[in-house]
Amino acid sequence: MRKLLLASCFGVAALFTAGYAVANDELIKLSADPNQWVMPAGNFAATRYSELKQINTDNVHKIAPAWTFSTGVLRGHEGAPLVIGDVMFLQAPFPNTVFALDLNNDGKILWKYEPKQDPNVIPVMCCDTVNRGLSFADGKIFLHQADTTLVALDAKTGAVVWSVKDGDASKGQTGTDAPFVFKDKVLIGVSGGEFGVRGWVSAYNIKDGKLAWRGYSEGPDSDTLIDPEKTTALGKPVGKDSSTSTWQGDQWKIGGGDTWGWYAFDPDLNLMYYGSGNPSTWNPSQRPGDNKWSMSIWARDVDTGAVKWIYQMTPHDEWDYDGVNEMILTDQKMDGKDRKLLTHFDRNGFGYTLDRVTGELLVANKFDPKVNWATGINMDKASPDYGRPIRVAAMSTEKEDVNHKGICPAALGSKDEQPAAYSPQTELFYVPTNHVCMDYEPFKVSYTAGQPYVGSTLSMYPPEGDNNMGNFIAWDAKTGKIVWSDPEQFSVWSGALATAGGVVFYGTLEGYLKAVDAKTGKELYKFKTPSGIIGNVMTYEHGGRQYVAILSGVGGWAGIGLAAGLTKPQDGLGAVGGYAALSNYTALGGTLTVFALPSD
Amino acid sequence: MNFSKLMLGLALALAAPLVARADPPGDPAAVTNDHGMWRDKNGDPTYKVSADGSVDWYTYSGFRRYHSECHVCHGPDGEGSSYAPALADSLKTIGYAEFFGIVAGGKQDLGAGQEKVMPAFADNKNVMCYLNDIYVYLRARSRDAVPRGRPPKHEDKPPEFEQAETKCMGE
Repeated sequence: MRKLLLASCFGVAALFTAGYAVANDELIKLSADPNQWVMPAGNFAATRYSELKQINTDNVHKIAPAWTFSTGVLRGHEGAPLVIGDVMFLQAPFPNTVFALDLNNDGKILWKYEPKQDPNVIPVMCCDTVNRGLSFADGKIFLHQADTTLVALDAKTGAVVWSVKDGDASKGQTGTDAPFVFKDKVLIGVSGGEFGVRGWVSAYNIKDGKLAWRGYSEGPDSDTLIDPEKTTALGKPVGKDSSTSTWQGDQWKIGGGDTWGWYAFDPDLNLMYYGSGNPSTWNPSQRPGDNKWSMSIWARDVDTGAVKWIYQMTPHDEWDYDGVNEMILTDQKMDGKDRKLLTHFDRNGFGYTLDRVTGELLVANKFDPKVNWATGINMDKASPDYGRPIRVAAMSTEKEDVNHKGICPAALGSKDEQPAAYSPQTELFYVPTNHVCMDYEPFKVSYTAGQPYVGSTLSMYPPEGDNNMGNFIAWDAKTGKIVWSDPEQFSVWSGALATAGGVVFYGTLEGYLKAVDAKTGKELYKFKTPSGIIGNVMTYEHGGRQYVAILSGVGGWAGIGLAAGLTKPQDGLGAVGGYAALSNYTALGGTLTVFALPSD
Repeated sequence: MNFSKLMLGLALALAAPLVARADPPGDPAAVTNDHGMWRDKNGDPTYKVSADGSVDWYTYSGFRRYHSECHVCHGPDGEGSSYAPALADSLKTIGYAEFFGIVAGGKQDLGAGQEKVMPAFADNKNVMCYLNDIYVYLRARSRDAVPRGRPPKHEDKPPEFEQAETKCMGE
């Protein structure tokens, strides 16, 4: 208890004594304190692991909701709240309301901020008006609005400290990803791959909101901040104009590669890691070439944006397998050697393990056995195709106006943005996955700024012979193997949390918060929240009790299937059973539910 | 569909919301064939499903275009999503003119934590060049004349369609 008070005082002091230390040192300290949850993934390494263990495998079945809070918004609720000291900070989808809640007073609202945004941004957000969370540093809360405005709020009062517009929503550029604070910068990406938006990452100074650097996913080296000699791909310099040379003419200008996912940071290497999304349009025959650097893992210097290394996972994408999913940084022993690893579960269905210092590819295996667009990744260093997927010709969608059938995974990927967690206790990754296949029929589209630029018809359904559309799996990144797999009726669209109590948490689209044993996957607890879950589970301790919090509020891309459910093309009318509509299970509404063990 | 007809339709549509609210689509029976596209007794575009289940080209084309341009909000097969209405239902009450007006001019329904905003597609060729197709497809869905999913069989692309498409898309 004394330790707790100390920690809590420390938190408050750090929160309100702005500017006395470099934000980085402050965040490293705060994120090491398991009582708090100070950044979207809990820590820079994006492990979503907590040292808290009051709730453990023996007692988790006793947890129950301690308090709840409604955001007043009905759209899809992604992301998770932050806890800093005695205050919880929570964001909502458009209109992007931010709440500061007093944990000493049953979540009483300390302040509320609601930006005024042009509602015309709503329809240019491809897949619902989601927002993936807030960041904190230097006494400020950072919000990345739908209209691409980045705003710094005084954490104490909610007053606007500074505000800057990063993009132009009238051109289909929108904000959905959480901001991330690394050192003295706050970083944001951009959404708009379905509107032909060329992706970028912007770094703003946390102090005054001044743009420090911006690096694009595509274009000349001066735009991408790629150095032809110093930037490497799989150990070799990329050479001059490595992006523009893989596009026809000026197509890179509307080439996508958007950056709407999660960002991780290694303070020792001074490198930040993230992925770029699909090339635009979805009709691959309209954009010949590798379409670099869409679908890539990036390592940039956080001070300058200079690219240290880069790896394109899906050259010339034909399926919308965005590469934006989280990069999880771990230090593990592999083949007897201490290695700094980066693990990434891609939409394309492969789990990649790389050396995050050099970008060397170590492991690349399917994390859903049904993946069929490629047989594997070429691991032969002597091959000119080293690192490239070994494609299955029958699954190519290159031919326009042809319905290409039975491709696994579907466009939403074997996993979408819902982030995985890692436990150093088990050395396993806990991965929420989709288990869905598709038919894909591309056709010609023309580009108009601010209008959808898609160019393909999709239909999605569970893999042949299966009734489940999701799995929650445990993955060994050193060997590239599934350790256990729990089937779920619907895609698992919620971010996972691993804890020192040996419990792993995740949510389901029907609305269950579930707790499973980290070692075996055995279900230990479930509770049905008010709506389907696409948010991420987080945990904190306050007043001597460990709490587990989850945002429910169905929507996002998963919400597209909400009303209808998915059909098997051959079933036609009356598809039932495993493919029944999600609307039979849950309805809209944003609510935070906070769980704890009984207090007595 | 030629471009002057498209502009005419557009002009008509912009005036439409004033007059067309209580103007349901009526009997969808195909009466006349206009260069491969079927029209009902009022002259509005409609679908035709043959005894063997084969759909006319416009219905099939509408299926494809709907699932490219509309389904990210309105859900697969016109069944709706968590944030946009099911058009397979809406088309039971919305007539051709009103449909045209909403697609070209957009629609806003704000408030109550559930802001619904549809953009104006008037300058989007991927939508406007195929507006009749999309209407015909959704009209068929609203009557369950075509099943969910891909229409199993369809007629060939009429040569007039190809010409009009090329002209409208500007290629």
